[in-house]
Amino acid sequence: MATVIPRIDVGDNYKEKYGCFDPEKFVSKAKRGLSPEVVKEISWMKNEPEWMTAFRLKALKIWDKKEMPTWGADLSMIDFQNIYYYLKSTEKQGKTWDDVPADIKNTFDRLGVPQAERKFLAGVAAQYESEVVYHSLHKELEAKGVIFTDTDSALRDHPDLFKQYFGTIIPPGDNKLAALNSAVWSGGSFIYVPKGVKVEIPLQAYFRINAENMGQFERTLIICDEDSFVHYIEGCTAPIYTTDSLHSAVVEIIVKRGARCRYTTVQNWSTNVYNLVTKRAVAYGDATMEWVDGNLGSQITMKYPSIYLMEPGAKGDVLSVAFAGKGQHQDAGGKAVHVAPNTSSNIVSKSISKNGGRTSYRGLVKVYPGAKNSKSFVRCDALLLDDESRSDTYPTTEVDEPQVRIGHEATVSKVSDEQLFYLQSRGITKAEAETMIVNGFIEPFTKELPIEYAVELNRLIQLEMIGSVG
Amino acid sequence: MADFEIKDLRVSVEGREILKGVSLSVNKGEVHAVMGPNGSGKSTLSHTLMGHPNYKVISGQVLFKGKNILALQPEERAKLGMFLALQYPVVVPGITMSNFLRTAINAKRGYDGKDKSKAINVKEFRALLRDEMSVLRMDDSFLSRYVNEGFSGGEKKRAEILQMAVLKPEIAILDETDSGLDIDSIKFVSDAVNRMRGPELGVLIITHYTRVLKFIKPDYVHVLVNGEFVRSGGPELADWLEAKGYSEWVKEPAKAPAALEAK
Repeated sequence: MATVIPRIDVGDNYKEKYGCFDPEKFVSKAKRGLSPEVVKEISWMKNEPEWMTAFRLKALKIWDKKEMPTWGADLSMIDFQNIYYYLKSTEKQGKTWDDVPADIKNTFDRLGVPQAERKFLAGVAAQYESEVVYHSLHKELEAKGVIFTDTDSALRDHPDLFKQYFGTIIPPGDNKLAALNSAVWSGGSFIYVPKGVKVEIPLQAYFRINAENMGQFERTLIICDEDSFVHYIEGCTAPIYTTDSLHSAVVEIIVKRGARCRYTTVQNWSTNVYNLVTKRAVAYGDATMEWVDGNLGSQITMKYPSIYLMEPGAKGDVLSVAFAGKGQHQDAGGKAVHVAPNTSSNIVSKSISKNGGRTSYRGLVKVYPGAKNSKSFVRCDALLLDDESRSDTYPTTEVDEPQVRIGHEATVSKVSDEQLFYLQSRGITKAEAETMIVNGFIEPFTKELPIEYAVELNRLIQLEMIGSVG
Repeated sequence: MADFEIKDLRVSVEGREILKGVSLSVNKGEVHAVMGPNGSGKSTLSHTLMGHPNYKVISGQVLFKGKNILALQPEERAKLGMFLALQYPVVVPGITMSNFLRTAINAKRGYDGKDKSKAINVKEFRALLRDEMSVLRMDDSFLSRYVNEGFSGGEKKRAEILQMAVLKPEIAILDETDSGLDIDSIKFVSDAVNRMRGPELGVLIITHYTRVLKFIKPDYVHVLVNGEFVRSGGPELADWLEAKGYSEWVKEPAKAPAALEAK
């Protein structure tokens, strides 16, 4: 049953006040909080098939029953009944440039982010003007049979393919936040790469992003058919300013036999955001899955990209960086699950804490009986920039097969007086020297990024560091 | 007054007085060797001159270009024209030598990331390096390696001298630059230093052994024992030390033991 959506009175002076859109388009305003009505409303507004409405409602039931995870960061501050679970993009535009905090604007300045992009990143404009780039790319992809679209459109335009894979890797029952996302998801990317097709240019969410896709509960689904290749990049190093306090995405990836998928994330949420994301991939025979995951902003991040190695020869890499400043807790890591023999995984986690920030590495390596000759190596390196900051590691290893090679290495280091003195004795200031040491520390990560992202990341670290030395 | 003047310098480390009133005048164009047995305060002297935070100055002055440099940060001393080649160069993971050298050169030129005209351009940078690296027998692969990471003893010391060559200091302190070097490396390093000698450079070579002084001939030699200079003289003092060692002051041979040479 579709509920009646109340029209809100826009008022005569609305246009003068907010100035950026036509009141005529302003059809609905979702309510705060979560209920079957809200979920049905979302599905109805999106014109979804019945099975999706049912899927959402079932997920909501699971959400109601499941407990919040208490093993990680402190999530008790989130008031789930005070959140808008679905806003049309026009509604999100209710902000003006003046509402954007000064520090965010400053960072845009210092990073040299173009004007059009700034408004978009700050949530003031709904569309980032990159359509031209995207359209030419889109034609090229279409010719090869590659589908690259937002997830809502995929459900509408590719219903069979969608239904075949959606929710198969991360079912709603996986965890409470996956259930929440399943109930209220909106936006995200959908990618299908046909057999044998190698997509040469990285596909960036940026190309076709709009406010909807940058939603709080986006849902991404990537299917790499046999022997294909794709590199998907989401996020950007510029801070994403949002007044929404919760971001809870689900990312599902299927990498079929002989295929390779790389998923790169560089995220810099504003520091009021709880970023709670479930990411999982399955890799089949001789397939390779690579997560490259950088987390800079947010108040709390909980994110552990996972790889299930389902058939012999499957390979998985997780490379992550977390940067926690004042008041931030980055709880990140990776999971590798070895189901089949001759599979290998490599998890490298780098974290930096400063000004009392906290980073945690949390990881799991699991080897099932019979997954002979599997190899796994985990390395976590933490860099503490001062005495108030904190870093912990919570590695879990469950191995039920004797014939395996498992390695784990963890280091915690500080920026040493000797390093600083050495660089300073060459004329480099202390602040610059600290920045260099931090950039050097995350270099194994940065070198995996496309050059423009690497440069931006280094500059961003520089900004963060200068702030710390005051 | 000399170009670089250390006046009655007293320094403590972790509350213990190591330098007990040291004075020394170095002019540009001169090479001074400071020699002494282990624990005499040689490294304390070099680190204090460059401004390492662990070395506390109790009293005294170091005058350079009209300033008491003891009040300056290490980077300010570097910009003023001082350089220290460390005995134990520090590893900086993830930073390539090329990035490090360029950043150091730019820092010295006063480039703060804004005025690009102050930064060294790629062509100039390459030409500068190519020249100096050939003297030191270093190949290009060295530039893409991380600062001192996995470097052999000889590579580390050559890298220090390369930094000196591109930063062009007016006062250079070489702290045990010869230690841990095979004879070929000593030659390359000495050739590079000798090439830099001239009226614009004053050098302070800090060393335990006389070996390096065969390649880099000092104008003056000073013997540091127990935190004080006990004797100063011309190059002949080095020969005298080679024969006698520091036995007049402590029980220890001045000649390198065979085991150390083999390294």
